[in-house]
Amino acid sequence: MSAPTLPPRSTPAAPFGRPGEPASPVGRAAADIDDRMTIAAPLRRTLNKVFPEHWSFLLGEIALYSFVILLLTGTYLTFFFDATMQEVAYEGSYAPLRGREMSAAYASSLDISFDVRGGLLMRQIHHWAALLFVAAIFVHMMRIFFTGAFRKPREANWTIGVLLLVLATLEGFTGYSLPDDLLSGTGLRIASAIVLSVPVIGTWAQYAVFGGEFPGDDIIGRFYIAHVLLIPGILLALIAVHLLLLIKQKHTQFPGPGKTENNVVGHRFYPVFMANGGSLFMLVFAVCAALGGLIQMNPIWLYGPYNPAQVSSGSQPDWYVGFLDGSTRLFPAWDISLFGYQIPAIFWPTAVLPGILVTLLLLYPTIERKLTKDNAHHNLLQRPRDVPVRTALGMMVITFYMVLWISGGNDLIADKFNISLNAMTWIGRIGLIVLPPIVYVATYRLCLGLQRHDRQVLEHGIETGIIRRLPSGEFIEVHQPLGPVDEHGHGLLQYGGAPVPKKMNSLGGAGRRVRGFFSPVEEPAAIESAQADSDQRELTGSGRPSDGGRPSDERP
Amino acid sequence: MSTDYRATGPAGPAAEHSSGSDTTPSGDQLAAMSHAELDLLGARLDDTQVVVLSDPPPPGSIAEKRAERQVALCFGLATLFSFAFVVVFWGSGWFLPDWEYEVAGSVFGALFTPLLGLTMGAALAFLGVGIVLWAKKLMPHEVATQGRHGGASDPVDAQTAGGTIMAGFERTGLARHNIVRRSLLGAAGALGLLALMPLGGLIKNPGRGDELMKTSWADGIRLVRDDGTPIRPADMLPGSLETVFPAVGGGNRQADAATMLIRLRREQVDELRLEPGREAFVYQDFIAYSKICTHAGCPVSLYEQETGRILCPCHQSQFIVTQGARPVFGPAARPLPQLPIDLDDEGFFVARSDYPEAVGPSFWNRET
Repeated sequence: MSAPTLPPRSTPAAPFGRPGEPASPVGRAAADIDDRMTIAAPLRRTLNKVFPEHWSFLLGEIALYSFVILLLTGTYLTFFFDATMQEVAYEGSYAPLRGREMSAAYASSLDISFDVRGGLLMRQIHHWAALLFVAAIFVHMMRIFFTGAFRKPREANWTIGVLLLVLATLEGFTGYSLPDDLLSGTGLRIASAIVLSVPVIGTWAQYAVFGGEFPGDDIIGRFYIAHVLLIPGILLALIAVHLLLLIKQKHTQFPGPGKTENNVVGHRFYPVFMANGGSLFMLVFAVCAALGGLIQMNPIWLYGPYNPAQVSSGSQPDWYVGFLDGSTRLFPAWDISLFGYQIPAIFWPTAVLPGILVTLLLLYPTIERKLTKDNAHHNLLQRPRDVPVRTALGMMVITFYMVLWISGGNDLIADKFNISLNAMTWIGRIGLIVLPPIVYVATYRLCLGLQRHDRQVLEHGIETGIIRRLPSGEFIEVHQPLGPVDEHGHGLLQYGGAPVPKKMNSLGGAGRRVRGFFSPVEEPAAIESAQADSDQRELTGSGRPSDGGRPSDERP
Repeated sequence: MSTDYRATGPAGPAAEHSSGSDTTPSGDQLAAMSHAELDLLGARLDDTQVVVLSDPPPPGSIAEKRAERQVALCFGLATLFSFAFVVVFWGSGWFLPDWEYEVAGSVFGALFTPLLGLTMGAALAFLGVGIVLWAKKLMPHEVATQGRHGGASDPVDAQTAGGTIMAGFERTGLARHNIVRRSLLGAAGALGLLALMPLGGLIKNPGRGDELMKTSWADGIRLVRDDGTPIRPADMLPGSLETVFPAVGGGNRQADAATMLIRLRREQVDELRLEPGREAFVYQDFIAYSKICTHAGCPVSLYEQETGRILCPCHQSQFIVTQGARPVFGPAARPLPQLPIDLDDEGFFVARSDYPEAVGPSFWNRET
């Protein structure tokens, strides 16, 4: 370090242009801040941080941005929401309900929808963003699962992710219960029955949560503070740890040219990744805003205030609770009586089943590590086909979940398709047991088939579609090898976990298109001559830009 | 690869640096370096190799002009739609029609929220698309490769960190002073217990008052409709159902009181099979069951008089009216409780007692 040659940092009167002295006002301000906080090196490290690129790495970002939208719109809604269950007579501007007795929570939700300028837009954006939030978490989690991104050293982040999913579901449930309309009140009624069904402590737990017999006067206020402070606080803290661990451990990447277990290949944080992230946030917000304005969500004024003696048919919860509704519908009427005490049937599909599912999710990385005895660090992702057992297990669980989820709306399906409701229940019960194993076997075979095809193309090359007649009269199909071949014409490339090109176009076989949508912005002649040159070239890599190759750039 | 900062940088002291040596340059050398060279030097200090795959279109080229126009168009439209949002938001009720929605009211009232969503969504979308185009078409495409240093810590770090923790613990003397350690643990445990106690405020005894077992129904309480009017047998046709509540204050808001009063058809009366002792619960061809499902507590609202089945719309449990509301399909395991009914002196329906069993979903110590 040749520090002595640097002028002292704190000389404010140094003439501009002197070595090491910032010349612009912004630069001087930056130097002033650095003089006090010494942040140049950490700042540079942050800006230089490399993030690998793949469309599937954006799924978690969508969840994060949905959460930001939820915080923004949710804070707005709190300015107008009254979380009390006191009975009031509605005096707002929605005529059909005027004069009706209802809870203050429901009345203020109506006010947000009809008497706050832009309130309905905010309410609907909030609800749509919540649906998207949980959906993005789900899909993000599937990506992590199927590519093996949860493997050592990232088990802790998987655990946090599972907790985030559970909390997001709770946050969603407490949120859509708040308006105290007929639909959400029915959901609360069922939640109360679930709490009540817990063996031994059920009645005590129900009284603790609801402050007495259902519905009581406390539940909306309690759910409100859980929804706006308790759960979001924990979510925020866990998201922070989730991201800090991601930064500390660095992102995983798919195998490919130049990508190893010991590096990260992609874009630096600044400026490209930042621009991409910013634009994705804008686009996620745009989708939520457009949905919130254009597509009606949860029209509570049509449901009416909660009344324990009323319910509407076709009552479905928000989508992420649907699988529990389905499991509740499918589970047989098996009340268990033991020595005069009872375990109601509803306990198993609504408390035990999600408990088992979450436990399995939490334990999965450990189970896989123990069974495969794979204790190594993994920073390179796997293609789902390369891990058939895991992929098939995942598909099996997804099938199980989907049967439950569809069964959550089996009354609607029965109604719309003129199927017997009882038949729908039985289809669900049988499907729940029969379909997952079938999907397991099918997925397993599919993975093996895809693996074999990859190896076949590596060994024999890509089918060119060109039929050649040999002097002997024999017709053969010409294969394009992907790399060097041995004396028998078999490819020497080994499978490395990266996609294998299967079409000549992936190797640039059809040439590059001339850029420009309505009129060319490149010289077509130049592209054609470049194409002619590259045709002479022997193809040795996949040639795909995503694999780091750019055929047009590698001319001799 | 087409371009590389190192290849295109000016010759001079800086160029020497970037050609491989990792020594930190002097202040003079730093001052002579361009931003691009400083950027690459910084990247290398951060263990990152940057390779530029392709540059943006050359200045002044058709492609660049096109890209500029596209990006600017997107940003322009984002601006336009943002203003449109402002105009719709504040203009309504001023120079635009009122925004308040009314049933069968003005068209603008129905369009206000969709217009807000459309303009807000479009403004955000064009801003997002503009940034995408900008990054894709006007920024150089580079690939950066950064080293990754995972795994266990350096043994020296690990051992010294462990040593620091253990030495500190030894200095506290907790290992030796048993009495201090044990009393501290005791205090911590007791304080933890103390901290848990306020949660006790949430605990209520569900057994007190026997609320879960009882409802407001009792001998002589009239069966009234939601609006409080009592019911005579002549008010109901055979095959009809009326939701009734106990004639007590707030009876129609109680979660366990809602009851279905059903008038059976003649052939149903013939089929009626009730549990022994329940035959007297009916009044002629009138029978009353709890409306609260024994499965999850939803009101069982759909009565199909043709088949005499009551369907719960929440989880599709089905109960058959002529057999003591026995569940015949779905997840409910218990029949709907039956309310004993009679007529009072004035000829209105009354209950003869409370339900003989607990109403609503099952729970652990519910008496069977």
